[in-house]
Amino acid sequence: MLQEELIPHLFRTEYRKIVSVLCKLFGIAHIELAEDIASDTFLQASETWALKGLPQNPVAWLYTVAKNKTKDYLKRDTLFQQKITGHLKQAIPTEEEIEIDLSGKNINDSQLQMMFAICHPSISAEAQIGLGLRILCGFGVEEIADAFLSNKETIAKRLYRAKEKLREEKVKIEWPGQAELPQRLETVCTMLYLLFNEGYYSASQNVTLRKDLCLEAMRLNYLLTEYEATDVPFVNALLSLMCFHSSRFEARTNSRDEIILYEEQDTALWNTELIMQGEYYLNKAAMGNHLSKYHLEAAIAWWHTRKTDTQEKWENVLQLYNQLLMIEYSPVAALNRTYALSKANSKTEAIIEAEKLQLSQNHLYYALLGNLYTGVDNTKAMENLNKALHFAKTNADKKTINHAIEKLEQH
Amino acid sequence: MSSPEQMQAIMKKWMDWIGSIAAQDKLVSTGARLGNEGKTVKPGNVVTDGPYVEIKEALGGFIVVKAASVEEAAEIAKGCPILTVGGNVEVRNIIPMNS
Repeated sequence: MLQEELIPHLFRTEYRKIVSVLCKLFGIAHIELAEDIASDTFLQASETWALKGLPQNPVAWLYTVAKNKTKDYLKRDTLFQQKITGHLKQAIPTEEEIEIDLSGKNINDSQLQMMFAICHPSISAEAQIGLGLRILCGFGVEEIADAFLSNKETIAKRLYRAKEKLREEKVKIEWPGQAELPQRLETVCTMLYLLFNEGYYSASQNVTLRKDLCLEAMRLNYLLTEYEATDVPFVNALLSLMCFHSSRFEARTNSRDEIILYEEQDTALWNTELIMQGEYYLNKAAMGNHLSKYHLEAAIAWWHTRKTDTQEKWENVLQLYNQLLMIEYSPVAALNRTYALSKANSKTEAIIEAEKLQLSQNHLYYALLGNLYTGVDNTKAMENLNKALHFAKTNADKKTINHAIEKLEQH
Repeated sequence: MSSPEQMQAIMKKWMDWIGSIAAQDKLVSTGARLGNEGKTVKPGNVVTDGPYVEIKEALGGFIVVKAASVEEAAEIAKGCPILTVGGNVEVRNIIPMNS
């Protein structure tokens, strides 16, 4: 790996480890301190490595520097505290008693416990994703703002409030108790699911950033499967789902970063290795007696790894969507179910069903109606596509709908 | 006795109907399918076999939906696959316990 690629890569993978270990040591109240030390470490790395070249073992180098910076800080802080206020901050241990444990085991434990801390029930889902991106994935405030289509100030405020909340609630960086583990794990999975979706479906134009988001969500999900207590079926189902979706990364955008629809994708660009990994985790997920929405979504995603339009495929997809909707309603699932219905049963039946959905103001709803009416009643198809265009918010969506309108005009 | 293919086709009709209700966000509970086994308890500790075996009608199951009116619920019921095999659907409102 080239040096200019190595530092961003290490930042993504090592930043959270350093922050998690230090934060576990200091307590969540000093989360900013842990972040500062980690950021400083990387700053020093980029300066030193640029001048002197790469060290033999860059990761070990980072850990040593982070340790020294922590010790220096505590020394200075102790003196500062003694001089100014006359008494020590009790929360931070003094330099003599400090042991900074950067062993593999403590790193893994700290990272996982940090995930649970961030996904504390007192933190809103939106803030959880923000914190997850910042702390667990090392994303800058600007990058987070880009991913959320928001601005730096809003994101900075959101992160600040979330950290305040963690302090107020005195959230500990520790394993949740046996009894609360399943529920806490579900919140963690929701955060990872949203994190992945943010990357996969985000309206952000930055394709590299979006891919990174998805990869980070997968990396964190993978960590959960590596630890016995969290290696449960629905965690594996979620990872399987992510593998299947990300197998189409290279095929779903062109060189100009425009979205290529599923039907028009070049299957040669689908990543078979990721599909195989997805199958591995789906098999691992197939035990126990709890059928989660991740199981159903992973199974749907598996069918979509086979592009051939067979009756068998669409009948299975339809039934999976039926089950998914019975567990949890969402407008997107309702729309996708109706599309599957048109393929499995008939367009006429799907049109009747689609009209019942009443998702007015949803551009995808009108895009679906436009698709269903195409070839049945082209005037109605055009009406609906125009409505879809009217309600579409992002350029990427508008482009896709315009593409459909052009195709219909050629009919 | 029906063949596995027939069974599957019947199952599909039910699943598509329930899926349609769920897709409209009107499903509250899939309820339950009721079996043929049962007992009827009468006053004075009299227990007889079977669910009302003396009458021809038997309750086959129930489903709970969200609807603005009984009329809307009846509209949903029109899609119930039981209607294609000679059954009826009875639509009733639910009165909450605390009112």
